[in-house]
Amino acid sequence: MFSAFFYLLRARGLDVSLNEWLTLMEALDKGLAGSSLTNFYYLARAILVKSEADFDKFDSAFLEYFKDVQNFEELPKELIDWLNNPKENPNNYNAAQDRKNLGLSMEEIQKMLLERLKEQDSEHNGGKYWVGTGGMSVFGNNGNASNGIRVGGVSQKHRAMQVASERHFRDFRDDNVLGTRQFQMAFRKLRQFSTRIDAPKTELDIDSSIDETCENAGSLKLVYQKPRKNSVKVLLLMDSGGSMDYYMNLCSMLFNAVAKSSHFKDLKVYYFHNCIYSMLYTDPTLYPGKWVETQWVLKNISADYKVIIVGDASMDPSELYGHSYYNYGARTDTPGIEYLKMFKQKYKHLVWLNPIVEMGWRSSYWTETYNAIKSEFDMYPLTVEALDMAIKKLMVAK
Amino acid sequence: MNTDNTFKGSSDYVASDELMRAANIAIALEKPLLIKGEPGTGKTMLAQAVSKALNKRLIIWNIKSTTKAQDGLYVYDVVQRLYDSQFGGEGVDDIKKYVKLGKLGEAFSSDEQVILLIDEIDKADIEFPNDLLWELDKMEFYIPETKETIKAKKRPIVIITSNAEKELPDAFLRRCIFHYIQFPDKELMEEIVKVHFNNIDQKLLDQVMETFYWIRDLDINKKPSTSEVIDWIQALEIGGIPAEKIKDEIPFAGVLLKKNEDLEVVERSRRRFKY
Repeated sequence: MFSAFFYLLRARGLDVSLNEWLTLMEALDKGLAGSSLTNFYYLARAILVKSEADFDKFDSAFLEYFKDVQNFEELPKELIDWLNNPKENPNNYNAAQDRKNLGLSMEEIQKMLLERLKEQDSEHNGGKYWVGTGGMSVFGNNGNASNGIRVGGVSQKHRAMQVASERHFRDFRDDNVLGTRQFQMAFRKLRQFSTRIDAPKTELDIDSSIDETCENAGSLKLVYQKPRKNSVKVLLLMDSGGSMDYYMNLCSMLFNAVAKSSHFKDLKVYYFHNCIYSMLYTDPTLYPGKWVETQWVLKNISADYKVIIVGDASMDPSELYGHSYYNYGARTDTPGIEYLKMFKQKYKHLVWLNPIVEMGWRSSYWTETYNAIKSEFDMYPLTVEALDMAIKKLMVAK
Repeated sequence: MNTDNTFKGSSDYVASDELMRAANIAIALEKPLLIKGEPGTGKTMLAQAVSKALNKRLIIWNIKSTTKAQDGLYVYDVVQRLYDSQFGGEGVDDIKKYVKLGKLGEAFSSDEQVILLIDEIDKADIEFPNDLLWELDKMEFYIPETKETIKAKKRPIVIITSNAEKELPDAFLRRCIFHYIQFPDKELMEEIVKVHFNNIDQKLLDQVMETFYWIRDLDINKKPSTSEVIDWIQALEIGGIPAEKIKDEIPFAGVLLKKNEDLEVVERSRRRFKY
């Protein structure tokens, strides 16, 4: 039953498993949807969709599949009310065939028929068998039916198609750009457990306890050990100022998320402008003096740090390749690209996050450096999905 | 199971249509109901309401960041047993004495059907939900120490809440019925407020609702939720603030907003709005 709907959902990117589908079938067998499309909508959504981020995909697939089944809920009184926008009858075509097309729920149609017989005494504007307006019926309202049953203009509350078509959950789609909380969630995945970390000894070490107790002539002596803790260390390098100002909010959210992620063993943050040169700044204002030498960082921050570079990678080509360049009070003789390569060489776990989600609108002037850097690093846009991928990438050596 | 096991909301909890549907689906299909939603939308309250409406005992398992799946099943107090054995205490041979059932174990071994609330499951470690798959599916677990299998006498109704701090594993999600509690709209919120305040002045309520949703629409960090609006109304009533003043002055804004930045945003918008 409905298996085409199952494949449609999958085709629209919803990861519905066979198990869940069978659960839905079981639910239908138990009559949980009754014979109402609204119930079916909620039932299917509750069973098949497991994140509000996917509700929108579900809504649009649902609309697509059931588009021919406009509003067929029980609406006894509305049937009378609905005739509020009667219409002229345009040139009607081939009604019989259309009616045949109606594939869904004969029960419903019969029920409607009964109602029609009971209630309809008047007003059937367009024609071809009642419950009118517009015409050519398989029941009413605006008409010229390419398949059936929409009776009544708008809304009784919560009708499935209407709920779906309102698409309340559009904002939740996860290809949207992120909020702090989502950032944090992503960063929580950045962890590796180890017992070799300073922490209070709170776990009972059974083996040692037994040994110690034996040594102690059988009188009990308990030994505790350190629990497993996250050993991930993070080095965050952020582009600041200039073209990055457009992304200030986004970047400060990212920064907050990283800073609040208390589960890292260590976190170091430095700033740069456009590209990394001889100096790294300790403060996003990039004042000369508030800095450390890039070489110092490369020497002192060990290779097991996981490095996240945040920047739009968009600059004048000379800023990336130029040999002599003056940047926020620091002179540099080595081209920026060389510094970037040094980082790449030293740190096995390195990703580049780019707040530019789409390059499309930028001029080619900017894309040159963007492409050059993208070809050197694993670059990810700052969206939920991409950040997840970036974090996964950080967890495995390249 | 008796056919009367349907949830219709309760006298002090207003559930939306959708939510009741989801709860009933979960009960009928005997699957855990996973509830997600903004803080303050009454996720935890739901379980209490269901328990009251169906007249069943509620067992709450509060999850913390250190909680392990094992804690919910049973705890074997080795240390106590070792100490007891030192002094030749009575019943040391009886391992059962040192095996204490956790909340899940308690729910399984209850003679009556109970409601088990696993509160804020996302607080725990990322693997936590996966460790419970078997237990929640089969409603049983084995205690190797006593060679005992604890099997649910009456399959409990399981309600799980999550604040979406962590993604839950797919395998776990596939076994749940999912419901996302949207922030209540004005109508539902009025109903909720009326449940808490018996004879609230309609004029006051209108003003409160208008101001409240206006504030929520502003660009603020921590949006006030249901519990805040209820506190606020209480404050307004105690303070005897006339209804006309609420919208213009927003008295006791501190009850609604917990962050200084947010208070400033509201203050600024209020002035602009007024003139």
